[in-house]
Amino acid sequence: MTDDKLARMANQIAAFFVTQPGVAAEGVASHINDNWSPPMRAALLAHIAAGGAGLAPAVIEAASRLRPPPHSAAQT
Amino acid sequence: MKDFILPGRDMGTPARSGAPVSLTIDGFAITVPSGTSVMRAAAEAGIRIPKLCATDSLEPIGACRLCAVEIEGQRGTPASCTTPVAPGMVVHTQTDTLARLRRGVMELTISDHPLDCLTCAANGDCELQDMAGAVGLRAVRFGPGANHFAQRAAEAPNPEWRPKDASNPYFTYDPAKCIVCMRCVRACEEVQGTFALTIDGRGFASRVVAGQDVPFMASDCVSCGACVQACPTATLQENSVIEIGTPERSIITTCAYCGVGCSFEAQMRGDTLVRMVPSKEGKANRGHSCVKGRFAWGYAQHQDRILRPMVREAITDAWREVSWDEAIGFAAARLKAIRAESGPDALGVITSSRCTNEETFLVQKLARAVFGTNNTDTCARVCHSPTGYGLKQTFGTSAGTQDFDSVEQVDCAVVIGANPTDGHPVFASRLRRRLRQGASLIVIDPRRIDLLETPHMGEGLHLPLRPGTNVAVLTALAHVIVTEGLYDTAFIRARCDWDEFADYMEFAARPEHSPEAVEVLSGVPAAAIRAAARAYAAAPNGAIYYGLGVTEHSQGSTTVMAIANLAMMTGNIGRPGVGVNPLRGQNNVQGSCDMGSFPHELPGYRHVSDPAARGIFESAWGVTLSPEPGLRIPNMLDAAVGGQFRAIYIQGEDILQSDPDTRHVAAGLAAMDCVIVHDLFLNETAAFAHVFLPGSTFLEKDGTFTNAERRINRVRRVMAPKNGFADWQVTQLLANAMGAGWAYTHPAQVMDEIAATTPGFAGVNYAMLEERGSVQWPCNDAAPDGSPIMHVDGFVRGRGRFIRTEYIATEERSGPRFPLLLTTGRVLSQYNVGAQTRRTENVAWHAEDVLEIHPHDAEVRGVKHGDFVRLTSRAGETSLRAEVTERVAPGVVYTTFHHPGTQANVVTTDNSDWATNCPEYKVTAVQVSASNGPSEWQTDYATLVAASRRIAPAAE
Repeated sequence: MTDDKLARMANQIAAFFVTQPGVAAEGVASHINDNWSPPMRAALLAHIAAGGAGLAPAVIEAASRLRPPPHSAAQT
Repeated sequence: MKDFILPGRDMGTPARSGAPVSLTIDGFAITVPSGTSVMRAAAEAGIRIPKLCATDSLEPIGACRLCAVEIEGQRGTPASCTTPVAPGMVVHTQTDTLARLRRGVMELTISDHPLDCLTCAANGDCELQDMAGAVGLRAVRFGPGANHFAQRAAEAPNPEWRPKDASNPYFTYDPAKCIVCMRCVRACEEVQGTFALTIDGRGFASRVVAGQDVPFMASDCVSCGACVQACPTATLQENSVIEIGTPERSIITTCAYCGVGCSFEAQMRGDTLVRMVPSKEGKANRGHSCVKGRFAWGYAQHQDRILRPMVREAITDAWREVSWDEAIGFAAARLKAIRAESGPDALGVITSSRCTNEETFLVQKLARAVFGTNNTDTCARVCHSPTGYGLKQTFGTSAGTQDFDSVEQVDCAVVIGANPTDGHPVFASRLRRRLRQGASLIVIDPRRIDLLETPHMGEGLHLPLRPGTNVAVLTALAHVIVTEGLYDTAFIRARCDWDEFADYMEFAARPEHSPEAVEVLSGVPAAAIRAAARAYAAAPNGAIYYGLGVTEHSQGSTTVMAIANLAMMTGNIGRPGVGVNPLRGQNNVQGSCDMGSFPHELPGYRHVSDPAARGIFESAWGVTLSPEPGLRIPNMLDAAVGGQFRAIYIQGEDILQSDPDTRHVAAGLAAMDCVIVHDLFLNETAAFAHVFLPGSTFLEKDGTFTNAERRINRVRRVMAPKNGFADWQVTQLLANAMGAGWAYTHPAQVMDEIAATTPGFAGVNYAMLEERGSVQWPCNDAAPDGSPIMHVDGFVRGRGRFIRTEYIATEERSGPRFPLLLTTGRVLSQYNVGAQTRRTENVAWHAEDVLEIHPHDAEVRGVKHGDFVRLTSRAGETSLRAEVTERVAPGVVYTTFHHPGTQANVVTTDNSDWATNCPEYKVTAVQVSASNGPSEWQTDYATLVAASRRIAPAAE
């Protein structure tokens, strides 16, 4: 999966949660944890680790709250 | 034709629900609700009064006079169908006077009717014949004279005779057999609501005509068949009965088309299906149907059906017909090899919303328990996944709140992003009936849909919004309700979290959400938004019905939440006549979602990360399940292009044609090493398949479908599977070849497993469905009779939750290169990708997809009605014919996706809903220009498909 597609999906999620009361990053992280497969989360975390170009601030802030993918998934 | 089989005994006139009234009929005491006709009261007592023009699906008109009775203390012989019962009434249904009168009536009727009973298509199934017998008609005293049935008079052609009208492919109108009872005319009005038929002329000149005396196909007739069902003679007769003869038995089953889930009697002769007749006992359809359910089942016998399994090494090879053993062995070997190389997450499945609950359950079980991955998804991804998310967040469960009967108590119907007369025709007929009784209608849709043209409805309110602005308009409705104080404080305080409502109230009241501000974005006049909000809030019962025009947007889930907010703030939840009603696209969309087809949810909408839920299935299945969400369809395709996702088993779903951005889907499928397509036909996806497993039709298997009102209806096998196996058996063969060791011998056992593992289904089993016909989930100890209406005393999640709904414009917007917005939908006669309906006579109504374009947009492009035009977006281009119409607004164009040759989804983009990745089918920026013919993609694709459908001759 391409990074820009994941970035777009993550930004769309962030765009919703920044309009909600509370901490947007929490909503973003919980939504991604619930719905994204481990390789997708791994790719997003890698993208954030590499600087997170093009990502909304709430997505970058959500990184620490994302459930780390199991070891095997991170490699794919 | 008349009801052929019990228990659908015709009671003569419709049921009433007044206070009890006692009377005596032929010496028998009987008590019935006030308002009941004498005819129906007699029928309740087991006495069948002769009748011709009366039938219990229609209001009585007392035209034929055959049902005359004598009532003590009353003069004359009143018609029992139009005479209501009165307390203490004493009725005689058979006296010498009545017998003489009835014989006279029959004699007159028969004097203008041919006596060719032995060769008549209705022979043995004719109410006129029955009544001639019932009244003891032995002779007709009237000699030859003016009549409507003889082709020639003594010397010359008979000017009163008219030839048969065989213009409709499914039924024939033979005016020679007509007794002018007007049942057909009334059925078209009262049951269907189309008003296509009328009586032309008076007295002897009276005759039934379609439209202004035109052939049926040239009239407004939508071929629902209600007239054919109502006709007591052979005047309106199914062509299948003319060809085959009368049926000898019937089996109740459920239609496999849209989410209304109509019950039908499959009327059989041997293992030949003679006709489908909607069941009066069907609680979704109450005896009505549309052209698809009643007539469009010929695909089951179509020559294109593939009946033998096929395999091929590479998708460039020709197909090779093989035995089931070889096909299953080939598939299992590939799947196992890929799993060994790349792990279980390289495998996945797509369950079908056209297959049964039991089949869907087994396919997701195959992924989770046998493949060892949560990579399972379903076509609901591309239609109602935002409904699942939005309603779960707000109400606590993913389901419509009402039953269809609820529409009979609606005072204000709000229809958003749906076109029920085409997409959910039987529901539309029920809604139209209610609109004629005085309910008001608000339509929020870019197109002026046909519902707004309902005769005798009065003025409907249309909010023709710009595609993509649903959230803005719905939040503006909320703005009006909160700023004008139209909300239901008592309901909100009792049922919702007041602080969350207060937050939403503050949010909605902001000036940027006012109708005046939203008018600029949406193009909907502020006054119309205000009027709609006031009407909905003021109605005693306001109900929202919505379709894919809500969900298939980048803000689909937010729109569903906005709808839920509106229903909660006006207290329109938890009783008949109100609610939030998603109109589901396919027959079993609700069921496929319920059955755990989604990659993050086990059956019953329990998240895979929930150890308790996983534990239930782990102990039932004896495996360890993955706690991680799997891939959604678009994610699978993305991962396939990236090389991580390599094998897929697709049951009854044509993702190449139905999913957006066809080029991307094709690239994803082409990148996979094992594509297993399990379907009736070599569909478009099969062009990229390595294994083809023949599927069975709904006529060939047992199971259940769950319709849009959560109703679990039985599907019953009426004939043996032509391909040899029901679909659940095929999935079991594949699972067992992978080492699963399943041993189901009947779908009832699968339902038992569902009930044992899924709380909402705990009370469901086949014995109960046999007894009760159907049940609406949740059905368990808390609701042993099922749940026609949800959230009656409290929301499933506890308190209803208001969620802010900020409008965020889609990234897909019109501009200089692509100045028009394309939105897509379906037509009445076709269904989804058309795999079934294109293989029936329904092509007579819709032989190709056309592009609806407003006259203004057509004129500036030099496009005339019927011209070939090129439709271009940033994703791709295709060509199709233009239909110039004011049904679409300027700046908007519309097409359907029923035909693979058109490939409307070449044009749609990979934009999707923020929460669920449901594709944004409803908004694509496009340009339309003149064209000479098919686009390059269409030509290349046609070549590819022809090549991929080659089947090598058997090596014998």
